[in-house]
Amino acid sequence: MVTEKEIWQYLEEVFDPEVPVLTVVDLGVVQKVELNDGGCKVTITPTYSGCPAMKRIEDDIIEKLTEKGIEKTEVELVLSPAWTTDWITESGKKKLKEYGIAPPEDEVDKSVLFADPTVVPCPKCDSRNTRLISQFGSTACKAHYQCNDCLEPFDYFKCLR
Amino acid sequence: MMNALYEYLVRLGDDSLIIGHRLSEWCGHGPILEEDIAMTNLSLDFIGQATSLLKYAGEVEGKGRTEDDLAYLRYDREYKNALLVEQPNGDFGMTMMRQFLFDAYRRLLFERLLNSTDDTLRAIAAKSLKETKYHLKHSSEWVIRLGDGTSESNKRIQESLDTLWRYTSELFYSDEVDVELIATGKIPSMDGLEQEWKELVGVVLEEATLKIPTNNWKHEGGRKGMHSEHLGYILAELQYMQRAYPGLEW
Repeated sequence: MVTEKEIWQYLEEVFDPEVPVLTVVDLGVVQKVELNDGGCKVTITPTYSGCPAMKRIEDDIIEKLTEKGIEKTEVELVLSPAWTTDWITESGKKKLKEYGIAPPEDEVDKSVLFADPTVVPCPKCDSRNTRLISQFGSTACKAHYQCNDCLEPFDYFKCLR
Repeated sequence: MMNALYEYLVRLGDDSLIIGHRLSEWCGHGPILEEDIAMTNLSLDFIGQATSLLKYAGEVEGKGRTEDDLAYLRYDREYKNALLVEQPNGDFGMTMMRQFLFDAYRRLLFERLLNSTDDTLRAIAAKSLKETKYHLKHSSEWVIRLGDGTSESNKRIQESLDTLWRYTSELFYSDEVDVELIATGKIPSMDGLEQEWKELVGVVLEEATLKIPTNNWKHEGGRKGMHSEHLGYILAELQYMQRAYPGLEW
């Protein structure tokens, strides 16, 4: 009989389709795992309202758990509590940096309109001398930065709270 | 009998869907690559919000309609978005001004809806609010940059403000839908919302050296399904596939 802990371990093998170094567990989108008659129910939450990867993540979870011999997997999508980048695990943040994406920094509240821009260290050379190119990057969850020292353009996984 | 919650959700959902569609029209036409990407990102957030709101509206209505049915198979008179969001994109400054006026309203509205007694509406508001803060920051910065920019950029974005201002009051009108939902606690009181909005918008417009129009003539009608001529063209494009090939899926 499969345990909840084992299911969490299996989910560590399901990767985010857009940031393929992160597992869905690293990303913090898996909220809950429950066992039921002959199967399990996995509750997930989207990063952004329009995240186009959710359907793919749902399919990938079902495929992975089926492959592991679980007969019936149900995936439920919930909006509350709303996802935050605080749920990205420490190992997830480390993997992001190694992949060349700056992990979320502790940012001031977005409702402050005239705050100084957040300092985002370059994931390649660690210089803090970087600049914001665009608040919106290759996906909804990222902003686009460039390092003024090593000139590397990079994605920043922006802080969402 | 009127289903007030359904009506309210459709208004919010249609605002999101139509402004999301307008932003998507910029795809491949942005003034610079970064803004092209930014506007399509914004569009995605809005279409995501519309999906959540219209899906819930369909559930509340209880006639088995999905979010896709509501988006693709309603006629213009059944659309309840505010007139502001259906206004044409114009130049980039016009789009950013429309976005700014709307984002400021949305942020304050979602903050209030965090106190809704309806669990699903509250969850959608909490989710959307996080995104809206980013949107408002982005649009505010452009309004300031263009307003306090060159004489040409200032002139053009001032004209955008003059054109769009008349559509803003409608965002704060209250009718029997709001009254009923406030009475039952489904949504909190919206007292003072317009004043709060004027203050928030005022700070940015002042920084942008722009002048709030003194002409007080206002347009309204969207919440009742009475739209400007622009909505029909939007729906013609948005609904074309489902009208031509009913039930098409891929």
